[in-house]
Amino acid sequence: MKFTINWLKTHLDTKASNEEIIETLTMIGLEVEEVEDQAKSLEQFTIAKVVEAKKHPNADKLQVLMVDTGKGEPVKVVCGAPNAKTGMMGVFAATGAYIPGADFTLKKGMIRGEESNGMMCSEKELLLSDNHEGIIELPNDAPLGAKYIDYAKIDGVTIDIAITPNRGDCTGVYGIARDLAASGIGNLKDTPVAPIKATAGKTTIPIELHFEDEKNPPCPLFAGRMIKNIKNCTSPDWLQDRLRSIGLRPINALVDITNFVTYDRGRPLHVFDADKLSGTLHARYGNKGEKLSALDNKTYEIDEDCCVIADDSGVLGLGGIIGGTSTSSELNTTNVLVECAWFEPKNIAKTGRKLGIITDARYRFERYVDPSSVQSGVELATKLILEICGGEACETTIIGEKFSEEKIINFPISEIKRLTGLNIQLAEIKVILTRLGFWLSGSGDIVKIAVPSWRPDVTIKADIVEEIMRIVGVDKVPVEPLPSLSGVASKMLTNIQNRRRMARRVLAARGLNEAMNYSFISKEEAIRFGGGDKSLRLANAISQDMSDMRPSLLPALLAAAGRNANRGFADIAMFEVGQIFLTDEAKGQHTYASAIRTGIANINGATRDWRNGVKKVDVFDIKADMAALFDVLGQDISKAQIVAEPAIWAHPGRAGRVQLGPKIILGWFGEIHPELLQDLGLQGPIVAFEVDLDALPAQRKKATKSKPSLILSDLMSLKRDFAFVLDKDIAAMSIIKAAKNANKSLITEVNIFDVFEGEHVGAGKKSVAIEITIQPKVKTLTDEEIEAISSSVIGAVQKATGGILRS
Amino acid sequence: MSNSELEILQEEIIAKIKNTNDLVGLDEVRVQALGKKGSISAMLATLGKMSQDERKIAGPKINGLKNEIAKLIEARNVELKKQALEKRLKSEKLDISLPLSPAPTSTGTIHPVSQVIDEISAIFSDMGFSIAEGPDIETDELNFTALNFPPDHPAREMHDTFFFEPDENGERKLLRTHTSPVQVRVMKKTNEKPQAAWVTEPKDPPIRVIMPGRTYRCDSDQTHTPMFHQVEGLVIDKTSHIGNLRWVLEEFLKSFFEVDGIKTRFRPSFFPFTEPSMEVDVQCDRSGGEMKIGQGEDWLEILGCGMVHPNVIKMAGLDPDVYQGFAFGMGIDRLAMLKYGMADLRAFFDADVRWLKHYGFRPLDMPTLFGGLSS
Repeated sequence: MKFTINWLKTHLDTKASNEEIIETLTMIGLEVEEVEDQAKSLEQFTIAKVVEAKKHPNADKLQVLMVDTGKGEPVKVVCGAPNAKTGMMGVFAATGAYIPGADFTLKKGMIRGEESNGMMCSEKELLLSDNHEGIIELPNDAPLGAKYIDYAKIDGVTIDIAITPNRGDCTGVYGIARDLAASGIGNLKDTPVAPIKATAGKTTIPIELHFEDEKNPPCPLFAGRMIKNIKNCTSPDWLQDRLRSIGLRPINALVDITNFVTYDRGRPLHVFDADKLSGTLHARYGNKGEKLSALDNKTYEIDEDCCVIADDSGVLGLGGIIGGTSTSSELNTTNVLVECAWFEPKNIAKTGRKLGIITDARYRFERYVDPSSVQSGVELATKLILEICGGEACETTIIGEKFSEEKIINFPISEIKRLTGLNIQLAEIKVILTRLGFWLSGSGDIVKIAVPSWRPDVTIKADIVEEIMRIVGVDKVPVEPLPSLSGVASKMLTNIQNRRRMARRVLAARGLNEAMNYSFISKEEAIRFGGGDKSLRLANAISQDMSDMRPSLLPALLAAAGRNANRGFADIAMFEVGQIFLTDEAKGQHTYASAIRTGIANINGATRDWRNGVKKVDVFDIKADMAALFDVLGQDISKAQIVAEPAIWAHPGRAGRVQLGPKIILGWFGEIHPELLQDLGLQGPIVAFEVDLDALPAQRKKATKSKPSLILSDLMSLKRDFAFVLDKDIAAMSIIKAAKNANKSLITEVNIFDVFEGEHVGAGKKSVAIEITIQPKVKTLTDEEIEAISSSVIGAVQKATGGILRS
Repeated sequence: MSNSELEILQEEIIAKIKNTNDLVGLDEVRVQALGKKGSISAMLATLGKMSQDERKIAGPKINGLKNEIAKLIEARNVELKKQALEKRLKSEKLDISLPLSPAPTSTGTIHPVSQVIDEISAIFSDMGFSIAEGPDIETDELNFTALNFPPDHPAREMHDTFFFEPDENGERKLLRTHTSPVQVRVMKKTNEKPQAAWVTEPKDPPIRVIMPGRTYRCDSDQTHTPMFHQVEGLVIDKTSHIGNLRWVLEEFLKSFFEVDGIKTRFRPSFFPFTEPSMEVDVQCDRSGGEMKIGQGEDWLEILGCGMVHPNVIKMAGLDPDVYQGFAFGMGIDRLAMLKYGMADLRAFFDADVRWLKHYGFRPLDMPTLFGGLSS
């Protein structure tokens, strides 16, 4: 909402400075977004007299002027304006002045050999109008040497404020003035428009509402008034200036008056050329197939939900949004009908949104226009039309229901203290509310407050509290610490929340970079990764790449790998901890931790290393990341099952699944399927894991925080090595398990230190070497006892895996 | 044996010790002199054949020589060992300037959004808040209606909502446009348990929660991405008012931007789910083309807040004449941009490793109040 301080002062009597007004607007909730100070930008321009104008000796179209600036000797100015002549008064800019309309700072110069020490300005150069035909010509009695802004009374400060959706009453300058007056920086000028007497009989065009018995019609109240024998014309200067000052283009008096009333009172209205109307003028719902050729030069398709203004020939306008071209007022219009109605905000918002029309009228009606302004709006428009265009007014026809119901709020004074902490006396409350147009009666603990017709947003006690607090100032509310809660401070994070935090930290600590990708991916990717259900597809996606909620974090990570590779970074280690979506319900949203490593981005960093050489990532790099993740989450990966069930994205022979029994699937890891790599245009190897953080069982709560007592043996532990030859497909893990179980009390560790395949172990076979640690508990073991343990390990492994001890 | 014989032998052995330059040679000298068949041992053997008087004179002499030689050999031994070590050390020289492969903790990074969530959490945990969470896919009811958005109200339009296709009953779900639905989930008691363990269960007042999470609006340009992060705060009890709200937010902004005495400005505003509503600006300096928070005379809007609307409290099943409290909400990505100086929001979600490494945080830079929010 744009207005000028001058305009504001037609409604507000104030001595406050512009800065105070601007500050106050923001602090009472009318946030100032932009301030444009015309006076400031024109401050340096003064009134001067051309004492001599001679033709430039070296240029046909230039003159050399001697200009009396009122200070000292006349100065020499080279001027190109055809209207510059001896004796004329004009506007002078000295060297050093910034010319806003031309966007340059004036310098002393030589023009075709003649010195020039300033400039006589055109209106365009001062941003006063588009006129650049010649320089400004002032009357002879203009005060020489005075500031031009003082002479021309230019003090235009244009302010643009943001109006929140609840404040339709401040879409007019008058409403803004009322709010400012309430804050105490001035007084609202009471400027009622006296009813204009009808001198030309009744309004002869019948006005009707065609909404049958509908309870909440989109247009419940409609006023029309004919004015006859007018002479439409160009608007007077004051009206043109008003409109220009807020960036509106003056068109003709009738159009300008409607724009003026819209901005002055927040009351949009429409003026029809009465001679172009046929039959009755009425508001009704649109019909499918109807079209409106609107004033914005576009054609709109009307439907049954739109509220239209029509006559017997068809649709004339979209009520409360935009008028049509067929009945618009032109310069030759002589009889008009002023339409002033009330439109229901929801219907306006819906229609406006559907048709994508943004107009000053829609902006106001969808924020609620004061219904009581139907009458006063007609009067103000009539008054202005008669003043500017002459003519005779007919009687106003008003049809429809009036809004008579008055809102009364029973307001306990203590509510202000309860909700804000502010201490305010009743007298002050009364002053503020009265200035805002409320009525307050009673003097006890609970008072009755009547809400004015322009404030539909005020319905409950809290709304009254807001009115008082915003006018007093939120900065007056005393700051009070929030009291501490009693009892042991509860943990801020739940275990599940803490897991995500730990997951991020441990993966980053292993050299991976955390990414955050969009929650939506393309339909094709979603399907490829096991998703793509219709219930997870957006109806209004912003692009095809962002249509489906992601079933996995990997598609986006792989896409990121591709983007990074295209920028020259083919070796990346990256993870995301974020939500994936299996269904559209809360239980279908899981938080996953997923990671990829590409190229040579192993744990030693993505570089060729002089010590370690170049090692491409493999499944065991990513398995190590996953194991580290499980470890900090309290899940020992060696206690989980790792089964050869590859994920849908994985190489079938180089991937696995981690689970705690078949029902609790914790995650997957493996190499990306070569076909998928190819389809995505990626270079392998890429390895990945995904872990369902929500699937991890909660850690059991322990009765005590103290740890189990530690028993250390003084006896020396000893190690023994064994190598087994077994079938290639037997999981190495089963050897470890069998060896451990061979003597649970004495064997404390089993470690695989060598695995190889080759001809000398036989086709389809592999050799696995293990080292076991034996920890004696009560006495040193004899050779025989150690031998017995060794035999039981060999026996157990053979039994479990078919592995034969290599000789 | 004469004295001169002894002296000759002494000179001979001492010369050998001096001239021997390696440990093996020195040992040979020792064996030749002191070994069983060594020259000094042979002299000692002659003592037996001597008369008592002769022995009294020769014995101490020979033994003296033996001891002297043993000492000299030992001393030479130590000297040679030292020389050998020095020689070895001289040859064992590494180019210690060779670079190491980077430590994983120096290459891995935490995304700024995660880091800022941890910072925010650290500050609010000190004020007794916990974290509440709800799903990204929400119902119209929880995202709008229960938050006092009237149907078709312009405020709904301002939200640019992403919708899913309607189900067979014509009901359509949406992506939450703010984290505010979690407020309702925390306040509103229902008979059903939350569907998933991570969804925060409703609590009885007093309630103090913050609700960080992903939010969505169909909007995209340099300052808007279709997905972004918000954190919402909610306090419900019987006494908390705007004075407390001001304290909480002023403390938060001071701690977060790590500027003592940062100026804040509360302006009345409008949100459907709070009444009275306010927006909060922080002090900033825009001169010089760079935004500096916590200095200067300018203001930057940073968050919205207000007293929870009585209708929202009522719809959540509580009596607004008994329970009251406040809520606030702010953009996490924006807070990160302001504190750490990223210019383009879109880059947050582009996963460019150069950006992640530059703006990301070390994995062990964990924001805490005792260790400092940021290093």
